[in-house]
Amino acid sequence: MKIGLFIPCYVDQFYPQVAIATLQLLEKLRLNVHFPLAQTCCGQPMANSGFESLTSGCNLNFINSFEEYDYVVSPSGSCVLHIKDHLHFKGREQESENIKNKIFELTEFLTDVLKIENLSASFPYRVGLHQSCHGQRGLHLSQMSELVAPSFSKTEHLLKKVKGLELVALDRKDECCGFGGTFCVAEEAVSVKMGKDRVADHLIHNAEYITGNDMSCLMHLEGILKRQKSNVQVIHIAEILIAG
Amino acid sequence: MSELNIERDHASLAEDFNKDEKRVNWHDKTLWFIREKRDKAAWQIPEWEQLREHASHIKNHVLANLYDYLLEFERKAKENGVIIHWAETPEEHNAIVQSILKKYHVNKIVKSKSMLTEECHLNKFLEQHGIEVVDTDLGERIVQLANEPPSHIVLPCIHWKKEEIGVLFHKHLRTPEGNADPQFLTHAARVHLREHFLTSKVAITGVNFAVAETGEFVVCTNEGNADLGAHLADVHIACMGIEKIIPKRKDLAVFLRLLARSATGQPITTYSSHFRKPRVGQEMHIVLLDNGRSKRLASDDFRNALKCIRCGACFNTCPVYRRSGGHSYHTAIAGPIGSILAPAWDIKKNSDLPFASTLCGSCSNVCPVKIDIHNQLYKWRQEIVRNGYVSTKKKVSMNFMELILSNPLLFTLSGWIGRKILTYLPFIVNNNFNPWYKQREMPIPPKESFRSWYQKNKQH
Ligand code: SF4
Repeated sequence: MKIGLFIPCYVDQFYPQVAIATLQLLEKLRLNVHFPLAQTCCGQPMANSGFESLTSGCNLNFINSFEEYDYVVSPSGSCVLHIKDHLHFKGREQESENIKNKIFELTEFLTDVLKIENLSASFPYRVGLHQSCHGQRGLHLSQMSELVAPSFSKTEHLLKKVKGLELVALDRKDECCGFGGTFCVAEEAVSVKMGKDRVADHLIHNAEYITGNDMSCLMHLEGILKRQKSNVQVIHIAEILIAG
Repeated sequence: MSELNIERDHASLAEDFNKDEKRVNWHDKTLWFIREKRDKAAWQIPEWEQLREHASHIKNHVLANLYDYLLEFERKAKENGVIIHWAETPEEHNAIVQSILKKYHVNKIVKSKSMLTEECHLNKFLEQHGIEVVDTDLGERIVQLANEPPSHIVLPCIHWKKEEIGVLFHKHLRTPEGNADPQFLTHAARVHLREHFLTSKVAITGVNFAVAETGEFVVCTNEGNADLGAHLADVHIACMGIEKIIPKRKDLAVFLRLLARSATGQPITTYSSHFRKPRVGQEMHIVLLDNGRSKRLASDDFRNALKCIRCGACFNTCPVYRRSGGHSYHTAIAGPIGSILAPAWDIKKNSDLPFASTLCGSCSNVCPVKIDIHNQLYKWRQEIVRNGYVSTKKKVSMNFMELILSNPLLFTLSGWIGRKILTYLPFIVNNNFNPWYKQREMPIPPKESFRSWYQKNKQH
């Protein structure tokens, strides 16, 4: 089984430790993982700003980088959702479809494809989970609070296997953090207010860490925590699952 | 009624709203409380999700057969003795209403809540023609006295605190100064409105559902003000969009179960009033408005926004709406649904609204008729850019971004440059002109990217 590791552009540049943790986690599970060097970005920043028309270069590059793999795995719900919803290139329809079917967000890959039962990780801290909207409502990594439907959470399922980790309950389980791509600068005031409220929900429940499946949301929350000079840190779930 | 602010965009109006953080907290909590009530009510119905699915089907079916249903409705309503008017534009709609009023020589009317008349700016139009409009829904009356548009389609004055309403009533209704007791204020409003009910010859109401099978229409209120107005008046004018049709009376069993639960968490509105024929001596009119609806019907991407039953659930759940307030949307219908309706009415004026969202998708999940609101927000963004309603600055930066992101070599280099700038020249980026930095710290750039770590450590 050959796995192509897809690392979102901003993770590559700003959070290499998240990419390294993802790679090590998959390698620890004895998987054959490659990082195709020609990859850049899924095109989401442009598409969500209304410039989907400009993403064909990114799309072609994505197809070329990942078509040869059995699975494509990425530590980002948001980027995976974008590929699933929007990857297309004229003349390469079949390859696009194939990739859409074989791309997985990391936790979804661990629970649905690998069906992991044991993790030898330990992280003895109080952790709050910020489930990003795209992972949750887009990829259905966990049940959405709006629906009258049985609850589940692939992310929590994994976190509960981590030794010593205490998952804190939040008042608003799945409220958006306000990152939203270019929204975070175009609608600065609302974005920051949403982020502050999201952070506050974790703080009143005495979380020591905020984790999640998307580093973009966490980067936004980290920016707010640091401005508040808080000791609470953000940590990507891949880093927790490899910890200890 | 004051003009809606169309000079400034959502982001800047929302920034103003956020200057008073305590108030934002209060606004957010008030609306979240309603979202939670909605959740509780929905969980009382084990088949809730099927009910939504069913409602969505009925509405899709109506939209696919709208022409026939409208004719059936018109025929039945006429048989019932109702006078039917068709309006293509808000101007036509307002002119029709005015001509009816002229016939009766009235200079005052009572009106129960109708988002359609907000869409047409009917109040302003009639006032300009010397006719006083008295909104009889309590929330609507409050914003009317304050000379403001409603900020929410179900809860028009949700942005007002009770103490402020006390001050407003003291000024307009002469209630004692400092009295902010909701029960007392409601009673005062009732006395004040009763006077208008009794002296108004014409009543205007909205329409929640128009039943093709019978030609009747249903108006849902909690205050009974639609009934009181219509029953006391000699002339009842009901204003509706052409999408309000449902095929059969039995379909109400689906929609009435969904509407109030989604809106406020009540099992049903206090009054669900059916109007079928004018009583003896009364005249009943129905004005049906198109205003771009038939054009939208032709669009695969945006058609199903016409399924909306105006419950307001998408407002209450929207994390952006809760923290930016209804007026920041500068359009008659705010919130997520307003953001996908307004661009169809005026794409230029409303080109900011589809961007006033994080695309979190919560709106689509609460919507009782399953409108894919967040997908339509995304599609409107593409439409807005395609039509050129986007700043040159944004266009240039997007082109630059695409150049780099579609080119692996440039990408590697520019990332390196970006990180170098952050490391060596923090003052360039870390200033107040960078909206990220205003209230957030920048990420600390690492020594090397993953890409370069991988090349050194992993590539064989
Ligand atoms: S779009 Fe859906 S949730 Fe929003 S007001 Fe309309 S029916 Fe209600």
